[in-house]
Amino acid sequence: MFVLRRGLLAAAGVATAATLVSGCSPSPAPGGTGSSAAPAASITELDYYADEQGSAAWQKILDTCSTQTGIKIQRQSIPTAQMLPKILQGASSRSLPNLLFTDNPTLQQVASTGALTPVTDYGISTDGYYPSIIKAGTYQDKVYGLAPGVNGLALVYNKDLLQAAGVQPPKTWDELKAAAVKLSGNGKYGLAFSAIPSEEGTWQFLPFFWSNGADLSSLDSPKAAQALQYVTDLVSGGAASKSVVTWSQNDVADQFVTGNAAMMINGSWNLARLDKETALHYGVVPIPVPQAGGQPSVALGGEVGAIPITDAAAQQAAGKVLSCILSDPTMLEWSKAHAYVPSKTAVAAKFGAETPAMQAFIDEVGTAKSRTAELGEKYPKVSQALADAIQAALTGKQPVDQALKAAQQASGS
Amino acid sequence: MTLTAARPSVTRRPAARKPRASDRFVAVAFLLPAIVYVVVFFGYPLVANLVMSTQNYTVRSFYTGEAPFVGFDNYSAVLNNPLFSTAALNTALFTVGSIVFQFAIGLALATFFNGRFLGSTLLRSLLLLPWLLPLVVSGAVWRWMFDTDHGVLNAALRAVGVDPVPWLTSTSWALPAVILTNIWIGIPFNLVILHGGLRAIPASLYEAAELDGASAWQRFRHVTWPLLRPVTGIVLMLGLVYTIKVFDVIMVVTGGGPANATQTLTTWSYRLSFHDFAFGQGAAVGNILIVVATVFGFVYLRSAKATLAETAS
Repeated sequence: MFVLRRGLLAAAGVATAATLVSGCSPSPAPGGTGSSAAPAASITELDYYADEQGSAAWQKILDTCSTQTGIKIQRQSIPTAQMLPKILQGASSRSLPNLLFTDNPTLQQVASTGALTPVTDYGISTDGYYPSIIKAGTYQDKVYGLAPGVNGLALVYNKDLLQAAGVQPPKTWDELKAAAVKLSGNGKYGLAFSAIPSEEGTWQFLPFFWSNGADLSSLDSPKAAQALQYVTDLVSGGAASKSVVTWSQNDVADQFVTGNAAMMINGSWNLARLDKETALHYGVVPIPVPQAGGQPSVALGGEVGAIPITDAAAQQAAGKVLSCILSDPTMLEWSKAHAYVPSKTAVAAKFGAETPAMQAFIDEVGTAKSRTAELGEKYPKVSQALADAIQAALTGKQPVDQALKAAQQASGS
Repeated sequence: MTLTAARPSVTRRPAARKPRASDRFVAVAFLLPAIVYVVVFFGYPLVANLVMSTQNYTVRSFYTGEAPFVGFDNYSAVLNNPLFSTAALNTALFTVGSIVFQFAIGLALATFFNGRFLGSTLLRSLLLLPWLLPLVVSGAVWRWMFDTDHGVLNAALRAVGVDPVPWLTSTSWALPAVILTNIWIGIPFNLVILHGGLRAIPASLYEAAELDGASAWQRFRHVTWPLLRPVTGIVLMLGLVYTIKVFDVIMVVTGGGPANATQTLTTWSYRLSFHDFAFGQGAAVGNILIVVATVFGFVYLRSAKATLAETAS
């Protein structure tokens, strides 16, 4: 008996360990991308629209497509920061969802694991999209992800505060600085933006960086230094709070809504929230450029849908659902509900005609750049190094040129 | 079946017998659940982490399982990174700063509440609140209070005519601010355990000391302190292990910033893994932390042994 029990327990122990090990050491991929299988009746889906409005809007889209395709969608929504760890975990244990929506700069990372299938395998066309979003979704010449909607950053201003100060919405860097200085004082600031030490901070700085002609492959170029110096001067000159180094974009929107900031750099997804504040009158203009007449160059935002390798039937079903989500009417519905820009140029033009508040964003998306177009998988490391440099400069820890030199070294290694 | 055969033979032989093979099986069988638990939940992750720290583990490795062996490259990369010394120093300052104040304030409060007075139980329960709140909530609230322009702390400072402090926006103030938050969170833990230790000291000792004319300080120094020593050791040891691995508080309050001013080894390990996707380097930093915590664990065990030997002799 004792012998027996020990044997059993040991066997159980070995079995547990074996499951754990097999869970973590991958076996050959099942499924594949065969198109012969009949689509499954239900699929799993993963996204990070975890905020109240975004989540409700996305659920509507999924419901629409569930009805249209007759495929049940089991949705899971997690906070943004957990997205990549969750995907990696799923990739290693072969338990990825059938359809996932992830931030576009992370797509190439995920595609590089080999866990994704090209969307073109499911008869989804890549025609008519903004070239930048196609670039973001492409890894080694194949399109692995497509977005129903994209977004970018613009300058949102408080009409009442600007009017009271006799300030016109700024178009150039000089105008922005002058306006922000004029609107600051008494614990209030002219401009709010986010400079936290993560991707969010880099994404907010990139419009200044790129519009000035700087390049992510050489972070310590004179043009890059000029851009960072400009932003640093905004903070040291009191035109923006020193707290920008701790503000996420949500905090920035809070500052704007409460009237503590007269202007903010933020994305279109905030407009739904701003519309709710009836006392707040806001306007949107493209991000000011270094010289009059220049084109702003913002970073392209938005989540791309991708289909991981699971099993053939579920992949086919996921392809049908994704195809529905990317169809023109659904794309338009999603853009309206969440204040995104449709990722197909024709749909975007139609959308702009209907909703003038979005025009500034639509214009910018045309010239927006994909963050991973140039650097691909190397982007996250460069982004982190740049975020560190921004923080070092804004807090006065290092002069701009030194901070950028350190960033270039860190990103190069 | 083995049972029916084995049992009579056990009962037939009373005391003073040689240990038999079946007895050893029994012992092992009793140990087995614990061993399995330790191996599966501690041993496996530990070994996996050690292995990962010697591999070039990328996002690709998660899917393909291929991670080339690179020896100690990850460790040398981490040690040569300019951030390593910053993170190590911050970890040391954070740990020492937190523990010293948590312990001192916890001990003072425990001594205070050891005397029975009206409302002492209620007050003591209220002091537990920081412990009951989820860390993310406490962190978020402290972040608001620290806000340079509109935070309540600076409003209070302004009210008494002191210049506002750039709590989270200055590279020299951010670390003290996070330490302050962590002290607030850690006081209840120290208070509760030390209070329990104080309760275990017989009142008669204090009475005797008082009769001998010992002052309040002498009573504390010569009665409370020596008798509280075993509890003190445990509190400090647990405090050290808890503090050295603090992650959520820093992540919520500063995210390691501004400009890495509050980057500790834990937050840096996370950043290496999940921002830079250098999982091998992240694992290496994690292992360095484990070694440090283990060293202190052994120091504690040795000193506990010494104390035991002292009391026994």
